[in-house]
Amino acid sequence: MSNLFSNLFNKDYPEYWNIYCALFKSKKKQTIKETRFVVFDTETTGFDYKNDRMLCIGATVVCDDRIMVNDGFEVYLKQDVFNPNTVRIHGILKNEKLTTFEESEALLKFIEYIKNSVLVAHHAGFDINMVNTALKRHGLQKLKNKVLDTGILFKRSKHIVNIIDPKKNYSLDEICQELKISVKDRHTAAGDAFITAIAFLKIMSKLNKDGNMSFKDLFINPMNY
Amino acid sequence: MKNTIAERIQDFLKNYPPFNLLNKEDLFSICEQVQVIYLEKGKFIFTQTEATHNMFYITNKGAIKLTQIENEKTNIMDMCDEGDIFGLRALILKQHYYMNAEANEETIVYGIPADIFEPFVEKNKNIKNYLITSFASNVKDPSIVEEKGNTSSYIKKESNNDLFNLQNAKYTKSPITCDLTTTAKNIATTMRDAKIGAMVVVENKKPVGIITNKDLRDKIATGDFSLECPAKKIMTSPATTLPKHITIPEAHVSMLKNDTSHICITKDGTPNSKLIGILSIHDLVVSLGNNPSVLIKETKRAKKSKQLRSIRKKIDLLLKQYLEQELPFAHILNIISELNSAIVTRSIELCLKKMDTPPPVKFAWMALGSQGRREQLLLSDQDNALIFEDVEETKFEETQSYFLTLSDKVVKYLNTIGFEYCPADMMASNPKWCTSLNNWKKQFDEWIFNPNSSGILLSSIFFDYEYAYGEKKLTNELTEHLLNSINQNNRFLTLLAKDIIEKPSPIGFFRQFIVEQDGEHKDFFNIKIRALMPLIDAARVLCLSLNIKNANNTLLRYRKLAELEPQNEDLYQSCERAFRTLLKFKTEQGILHNTTGKLIELESLSKAEKLKLKRAFKPIKEIQELLIHRFALKQIL
Repeated sequence: MSNLFSNLFNKDYPEYWNIYCALFKSKKKQTIKETRFVVFDTETTGFDYKNDRMLCIGATVVCDDRIMVNDGFEVYLKQDVFNPNTVRIHGILKNEKLTTFEESEALLKFIEYIKNSVLVAHHAGFDINMVNTALKRHGLQKLKNKVLDTGILFKRSKHIVNIIDPKKNYSLDEICQELKISVKDRHTAAGDAFITAIAFLKIMSKLNKDGNMSFKDLFINPMNY
Repeated sequence: MKNTIAERIQDFLKNYPPFNLLNKEDLFSICEQVQVIYLEKGKFIFTQTEATHNMFYITNKGAIKLTQIENEKTNIMDMCDEGDIFGLRALILKQHYYMNAEANEETIVYGIPADIFEPFVEKNKNIKNYLITSFASNVKDPSIVEEKGNTSSYIKKESNNDLFNLQNAKYTKSPITCDLTTTAKNIATTMRDAKIGAMVVVENKKPVGIITNKDLRDKIATGDFSLECPAKKIMTSPATTLPKHITIPEAHVSMLKNDTSHICITKDGTPNSKLIGILSIHDLVVSLGNNPSVLIKETKRAKKSKQLRSIRKKIDLLLKQYLEQELPFAHILNIISELNSAIVTRSIELCLKKMDTPPPVKFAWMALGSQGRREQLLLSDQDNALIFEDVEETKFEETQSYFLTLSDKVVKYLNTIGFEYCPADMMASNPKWCTSLNNWKKQFDEWIFNPNSSGILLSSIFFDYEYAYGEKKLTNELTEHLLNSINQNNRFLTLLAKDIIEKPSPIGFFRQFIVEQDGEHKDFFNIKIRALMPLIDAARVLCLSLNIKNANNTLLRYRKLAELEPQNEDLYQSCERAFRTLLKFKTEQGILHNTTGKLIELESLSKAEKLKLKRAFKPIKEIQELLIHRFALKQIL
């Protein structure tokens, strides 16, 4: 009976998606130290969720206060809609000798990679939306992961008196400058993910100075930025 | 799969040993496994007595301070800058850490997992050699030597004078052994009495196992086995064995591979033949440290200038080798200065023998300038002077003429060996610099009480004198007198300080190197005058003002200053580091171009090298500001 019900319920979804969803059923209490954070970035052909496409997804894992290079992710997507204007910025040529994947394959790999980790991105809303729109195109639901935005975390890490304009949105470049992170080959998804991960480590060490921060505290947005 | 992050890590690692010894593919496979760790100032990556991590570390940005706490005092053992490796010794020795690794500033380090790296150690001979030397360099950490005791002194060692080839490991012959039935208690007692760290268990003269400190710790001290338990039950078996003609790198790799600190040497290299010796990791360290001691011995026995000349050349080779192996620079400085002063001492001894009569009174030979500071690595000019005891006025001329004859011989002798004559004639063969204690006192007083520009210039050479041979009391008395006089005339130090801050900065307004404007060396950067001298001079004047005695070496001076003025500790430490970096740089340039290295052709430097230099310049400005403040120089400028 239950089998029938679940088959009926999940009828439209591929196997990997069901496995992914199942991961979120666990209610185990999490600690920051043990949490797997997937810091990621997408490169896109533009800023229009509907018409623009992802060129590349890059990600790396932060766990136990360190970046695990061996747990990285870098996938380039085959392009049907090609926008020559973005080539200059992103350096990902349409036919560069890279293994590229269909969007559906790339999503599968990404979903299998992120599991139920906490997703971290700079101005996360954009990247999450980009992924969600793509998921929708393939008949899937939105991402279920918890999300952190380094832009917001950064503002939280600054002392309140140092924030002149609470509505200001810090670009990744501005954050890097303030945190003294050297920016080399910006604008590749994996490169940006790596820089974001370093920024994330630095911000976290400021926010969690005494090491007492709870997992829940991470998602507080006290000033409602 | 493309891996941009690993590529970026590779871009960094490829510049630094031992990673620069790997081929591209191998290095990349390591980079894929790196962990990136960020540390705020004051955070620890590991602490003393902590169990070894399964990785070692390389500083990517910032600096890691290695400290050791002894009797509640924290000693700084080393500073690991960009590209420096740490945490390796504990990994190789499979012991806990001996030092704390603390972020000296905001720092990013890369963790290299040991199990990923180890296969390459085995594959690559250069890496083996590099690791062994960098490991040997940790012997400056005296606790290793102390703790292990003098394992070898009671048993004669095979001697080996083959200096620069791959040496055979010198093992201990006829080691102390026990049989399968010996009790743990007896084994521990024997090991304690013989001061050894391991005992081989033999049956029919063949090694069947080995019992080390670790076995006693893990199996007996834990209570898992009783004190009366026989060797058979607690030994590690089989023991690792090797044949007797084994090179140091091979022995070392075998230890790494088998996770052991001791290797049994048998007749045919297998456990099935007679045991003839034991080789400990400590023996390996000692045999590497032997090179300079062999040279010292040769120096002491030398009878001819030709021999000393050849030793001098070997010292240069040794220096080059040390630099290539990236031994800690302070360690290199110590060894090379020690060797150089042994040569000077021997030269004086030999010249004294050539004199018709023994010296009429006591005397002291002084090294001046960079030699006096023990900072001379490459052969440069000889700067020296001689003090003799005060004599009656009527005898002065006769006495001085004796010592001038001696000095003349010594100076010529040193020149034959390879120390060039000083073009400014600041040598003991000059009657001005070969005189009685009283005259020396007068000379220093003249400089101190009537300072003029030439006096200031000379003071930078003469104030850094060091006793080299003869009667130490004479130099000590001169030092006392000198500090007294300085205390009576603070103006002198103010003028010294003023002179230092007037030296041009190494970096111009646009963060460009300031190069020589004209002359033969147009467009060269003078690292000695623009970068090293301000640091050397500042250390000297600060030490003089604080009455610090017996610190004639720039590194030592900054260390003492940091102790005395904890409020400026950070600055003094960064000066110490900058000085080390700059002097090392000068030495490497000197070796590369076969010069003294003081003039640097900027175009030949890589961007990384230029950045490294610029970073080392930062404390110069800061220490100059400290001088302005300390000596109230604003008012007189």
